Amino acid sequence: MNRASLIFAALLLVAVPLSLLAGRVWIYTGMTPNALAILAELRLPRAVLAVVIGAGLGAAGAAMQGYLRNPLADPGLFGIAPGAALGAVIALYIGVASAILLPLFALIGAGGAMALLALIAGRTANPANGIALFTLAGMMIASLAGALTSLAISLAPNAFAMSSIVTWLMGALTDRSWADVMLAAPLTLAGLAALWLAGRDLDAMTLGEPAARSLGVSPGRLMALLVVGTGLTVGSGVAVAGIIGFVGLIVPHLVRPLTDKRPSSLIVPSALAGALLVLVADVVVRILPLVTELRLGIALSLIGAPFFLMLLLRMRRAA
Amino acid sequence: MLETRNLSLADRLNIVTTALQPGAITAICGPNGAGKSTLLSALAGLLDADVGEVLLDGAPLSAMPLRGRAKAIGYLPQSGEVAWDVSVANLVALGRLPHGDAGKFAVASAMAATAMSDFAARPVSTLSGGEKARALLARVLAGEPRWILADEPLAALDLAHQLGLLKVLRAQAYGGVGVVLVVHDLALAMNHADRVLVLDEGRLKADSAPEEALSLETINDVWGVKARWLGEPGQRALVTES
Repeated sequence: MNRASLIFAALLLVAVPLSLLAGRVWIYTGMTPNALAILAELRLPRAVLAVVIGAGLGAAGAAMQGYLRNPLADPGLFGIAPGAALGAVIALYIGVASAILLPLFALIGAGGAMALLALIAGRTANPANGIALFTLAGMMIASLAGALTSLAISLAPNAFAMSSIVTWLMGALTDRSWADVMLAAPLTLAGLAALWLAGRDLDAMTLGEPAARSLGVSPGRLMALLVVGTGLTVGSGVAVAGIIGFVGLIVPHLVRPLTDKRPSSLIVPSALAGALLVLVADVVVRILPLVTELRLGIALSLIGAPFFLMLLLRMRRAA
Repeated sequence: MLETRNLSLADRLNIVTTALQPGAITAICGPNGAGKSTLLSALAGLLDADVGEVLLDGAPLSAMPLRGRAKAIGYLPQSGEVAWDVSVANLVALGRLPHGDAGKFAVASAMAATAMSDFAARPVSTLSGGEKARALLARVLAGEPRWILADEPLAALDLAHQLGLLKVLRAQAYGGVGVVLVVHDLALAMNHADRVLVLDEGRLKADSAPEEALSLETINDVWGVKARWLGEPGQRALVTES
């Protein structure tokens, strides 16, 4: 465990219990017995989900940036999150969006995007084209899924369906239950394992793809690990919480200066920092004194977009 | 022994057959687009041939396990790309990936051989061009390969750094390692290689000792330049005639 992992693990250990106390109803010692119900059935699953989803997004972002050797890569670019969103939107559109069917449809959407990505980018005669193919295929899938999602919104049978689709797309952890945790946690853990396994190969990619292959990296295996890892972490996150952007982009950036900058050293602390960011952001939207709760996805984008601009400005100055 | 048999690759290599010996420095020369880098990549097992094959000690390279191949053959691409600002020690340690160990001794001796020991903790971004080239070579040495294949490792370096790097490679060759370099500078190839391959439009035009391979007839034929060699063998300089 490196220094960055220790820092974020410690912060997370403090933040999780504190986050349970914060919300519309502040919980303190000597409260009525229903405090326990609020904790166990509302706040705890929500906190666990925030940790699970944030960890998946942070680790996927770190792995993607390592793979593309580009600090501006985001797992959302590669079509898996839009694919999952499309699946969920179809469930909402045809009106079968129960607590079980909606995430299931989203997972099918994520799986479809993964399969399409692997199908297009997986077999290439010239391995040197692999990364370009992967990126372009991902962006193509993302825009196709986005267009189909917009189509579903424009064809929504009634105002209620339209508003439920739009609201869901914005991403939130409001009123999530243990059932959502049961769905997302094992899938995210499996995805994190795949990303972690890719670490050494990602280190080799630091030297460029030809040198990485000369060091024994199999481009096919690496791509498979990343597609499965990103698909499971991001896909299960979207399935239970909708689209939550920017975490995968910001977190590896914030964490990288605290590490030795090898991609493999970045994956675990990015998972921990992603968990921390989503957890804290969710507490903030919960305690903001608004009539309706600010959607988590919107809040993170509100933080994320200016951050991205700042990065671009800094890059411009550096160059 | 690292061999190619009838190696052909689209319109880049045309029936190249050669057998390279360990313990020697082989230079691959040729005009731009002659297929030098392609041949080097193929020798490293990074390209699949359309026809023919590459053999390492008699066994087809394409059938070797990836890690076994990576332990035997160290490949230094021309790009010199290092995507993240890692320390020199971590950069050099990447050479141990095929072995799956930290290889502390191999990493330390690779850095010592390239005079990079004092730079171990330095981020790569703070290195000069010559230091970075040495660090990247140390990365290859850390893997303790039996073959070192380097694509124009000398191109961007000043004279002193060129000679320093060649000294390191010569020491490796003395230790039994087969060194194969793509070289643009014909005088460097002439003076420092034990053997020279001349490629022209994907075909092997010469494959012998440097004095013979880089004869004035070959230079005129392949590069279309009239030139003559000055000096004694081992200290040659090339002058072109206009």
